Amino acid sequence: MDFPTQSSPYLPVANNLSRLMTQVMLGLIPGALAMFWFFGWGVLFNLTIATLSAVTAEAAMLTARRRPVKATLLDGSAVLTGLLLGLALPPLAPWWMPVLGAGFAIVFAKQLYGGLGYNPFNPAMVGFVVLIISFPLQMTLWPPPLGMHTGATLGFVDTLQMVFGGTVPAGTGLDSLTMATPLDAAKTQLGLDYTWSEILARPLFGHVGGYGWEWINLAYLLGGLWLWRKRAIHWQIPGGMLSALFVVALLFYIADSDAFGSPLLHLFSGATMLGAFFIATDPVSAATTPRGRFYYGAGIGTLMYVIRTWGGYPEGLAFAVLLMNMAAPTIDYYTQPRVFGHEEQ
Amino acid sequence: MRRLMVSILEQPLKIPGGLSLASNKAQSLREPLRQAPIPERLIVPLSQHIGEAAEALVGVGDKVLKGQVIARSLNYISAPVHAPTSGTVTDIGEYPVPHPSGLKGVCIVIHADGHDTSAATGLAMDNVFAADAADIRQRVREAGIVGLGGAGFPTAVKLNPGPQRQVELLVINAAECEPYISCDEALICCCTQDVIDGVRIMQHALGATQVVIGIEDNMPRAIECLRDGLARAGSHDIRIVPVPTTYPAGGEKQLIYALTGEEVPSQGLPADLGIVCHNVGTAAAIARALLRGEPLISRVVTVTGAGVRNPCNLEVRIGTPMAEIIEAAGGYTDQVSRLLMGGPMMGISMPSDRVPVIKTTNCLLIASREEAPPPLPASACIRCGQCTDVCPARLLPQQLYWHAHAREFDKIQDYSLFDCIECGCCAQVCPCHIPLVQYYRFAKTEIWDQERQRQKADLARQRHEFRLERLEKEKKALEERRAHARKGLEKRPKAGDADAKKAEIAAALERVKAKKASQDAAARNIDQLTPEQQARIAEVDARRSGDGTAGR
Repeated sequence: MDFPTQSSPYLPVANNLSRLMTQVMLGLIPGALAMFWFFGWGVLFNLTIATLSAVTAEAAMLTARRRPVKATLLDGSAVLTGLLLGLALPPLAPWWMPVLGAGFAIVFAKQLYGGLGYNPFNPAMVGFVVLIISFPLQMTLWPPPLGMHTGATLGFVDTLQMVFGGTVPAGTGLDSLTMATPLDAAKTQLGLDYTWSEILARPLFGHVGGYGWEWINLAYLLGGLWLWRKRAIHWQIPGGMLSALFVVALLFYIADSDAFGSPLLHLFSGATMLGAFFIATDPVSAATTPRGRFYYGAGIGTLMYVIRTWGGYPEGLAFAVLLMNMAAPTIDYYTQPRVFGHEEQ
Repeated sequence: MRRLMVSILEQPLKIPGGLSLASNKAQSLREPLRQAPIPERLIVPLSQHIGEAAEALVGVGDKVLKGQVIARSLNYISAPVHAPTSGTVTDIGEYPVPHPSGLKGVCIVIHADGHDTSAATGLAMDNVFAADAADIRQRVREAGIVGLGGAGFPTAVKLNPGPQRQVELLVINAAECEPYISCDEALICCCTQDVIDGVRIMQHALGATQVVIGIEDNMPRAIECLRDGLARAGSHDIRIVPVPTTYPAGGEKQLIYALTGEEVPSQGLPADLGIVCHNVGTAAAIARALLRGEPLISRVVTVTGAGVRNPCNLEVRIGTPMAEIIEAAGGYTDQVSRLLMGGPMMGISMPSDRVPVIKTTNCLLIASREEAPPPLPASACIRCGQCTDVCPARLLPQQLYWHAHAREFDKIQDYSLFDCIECGCCAQVCPCHIPLVQYYRFAKTEIWDQERQRQKADLARQRHEFRLERLEKEKKALEERRAHARKGLEKRPKAGDADAKKAEIAAALERVKAKKASQDAAARNIDQLTPEQQARIAEVDARRSGDGTAGR
């Protein structure tokens, strides 16, 4: 009897890309739900538009590059890029913002480099940075989180009209519908020589971080921990990022608690947890050695603090991630583990 | 002599990386070890081990007896081959053999006579434990024993640590870490005494002060058999250490690490640490050879998988075609899809079941499509690092892959490619289904090939340089000769010296005359002819000088 031959190992492989991507998407659910709870329908619009744009752009590029379309789309990476970008955008941003961001992310940051596995930069963050540099005004369209009692809360239809038509409901203005995020407000206030204790007393802040944002961050943290338990991500990147952010914030906080926010405020505001567990952990563009991953995460945490505190933007995740993407190959080179049977270098 | 301190840990360590795999050993252990029938026709390859192939000593038509040497080893790293049963040699030629290359190899084909008559091998020793280590090694070599764990390295070589090294610890590898394989467990349970005797002989030959049997902790029956056996034999100094079940804890370097916490140096040998490691099956083979005079002509083979009707362990004569063994295990089921020699992690895929069992065949896995599915299409590496987590050598498989893919063979060696043991853990967890091990094998082969090319080029360059040097020398020598000749001419008498010239001419004439005379003196072949010959010559001459029409 004759048999076909193949190369070892032979056991069925349980792991696959779409499973990995699906796990990450499932991990996003608590955080996305919290976002939806606090910021309303705009979050869902962003997710939908960004995902559809990402998938369309991916399909178009794959067709142009004569690559298998269906099989590649099924790996879920384009969907995930869309979701991550969608979660990072302000919920009242006009429809063309997620389209442009996701399109740029997929076409320029991913497919032109050769597709999944060959992109040196995190596509979602490239898309985000393009938008924040090109359209800084539209990137501030955050509504007040639910429960802030500013009066206006937009329903489904109002949000739809605003996102697609650019029209605000009668009797309201853009200023009454949106407000600065806690990190943005804090930056402005600090510039006006308010102290952190005065700033924190405002309704924009909750128990430890921005109002609403602390719950969103907690939800992302839970999803992230689940992801780690499922071994879809390693602990080093979030661990390095959160501990560096905590330590650096703590040092400055001890030095001057009026001028610098508390470590907990930094951990539970803005995109900290989303970034730590879902964005910085994008394996393709991150460092890949165990020690390297920790340094890579720590670099993002530190840069994020620097940009938040002294930079020109209220949030620094996207820039921090892209800067560390550039450093990843070098980090990998210098953090190779000691091979079994080799001397310590 | 260097003495190395090695101690066995109280609590064995978990190896770095590795996988927890479903063991799938129970199905082949349901019934005890039994003999497979001797087939009518055995195909015995001359190369069943690491090192030089053996050289055939028999010819087609020769009658051979069971245990008779049919091929001898010519090199130090080689092993002789014995007739697995009595019969007649019917062919010596190229046949398909179980080798990853799929190439054919020279085999001796024996038609069994059914009597299974033994030859006197003279391998048995009267008092092994009083014998000299060199004698024991010689007998082990003559018995054709090679490592039965799978690598097939000649055992006698491994029993000789060299004069510079003292062996402190003998590790017996009974940790069958690959799924499905249970031949060591079957052997331990059925031939406990052979195993213990073999271990004792090895310990004696090596002069090892400590002995430890490393076994996976999911083999309780084998552990119990060994404990009982050791207690009966009063061998309380031989320790049995169950190590945590993780694939590949049965790798030599991995087992040594688990037992002692020591890492065998890269490119080094366990002997560098004062440790020698042998497979448990090898120990039993040594006992059978040196106590009962049986050379290595059979081994235990696990026949298992969903593709075979009655999974079991069989004692099989070397050279038995795989098809016959599968027949002995009840034959194929409908689910058969692949035939693997060895386990599902490191085994070799066989193109046909006509290939014979050799000394290193520990398992025949007749796998169904579910057990060994065809490879899935690979996508690009996303550097997720799951391979790094499971690599027992602590390599970075994703970086190795990257450089192998790009054919950057210099860089790949910076990432210690040659420390890869090809265990397959990385490929087993890869979400992108990249055949990683295949890439590493490819890179290794390419590098070896480049190395050979480089050596060849070096040789060619040396030759070229040598030639240039020689030409230069010849040129110089010629010039010297010419210069010498010119000097000689200058010394010669001038034209006016007529007497001298005459004398020279006379001498030359004399030489010519002498030569002619000697030629005339030599007998010619027509000098002394018999009358018949003369008659025939005359006849021919007559025909030639006649009317000349005979030939026209």
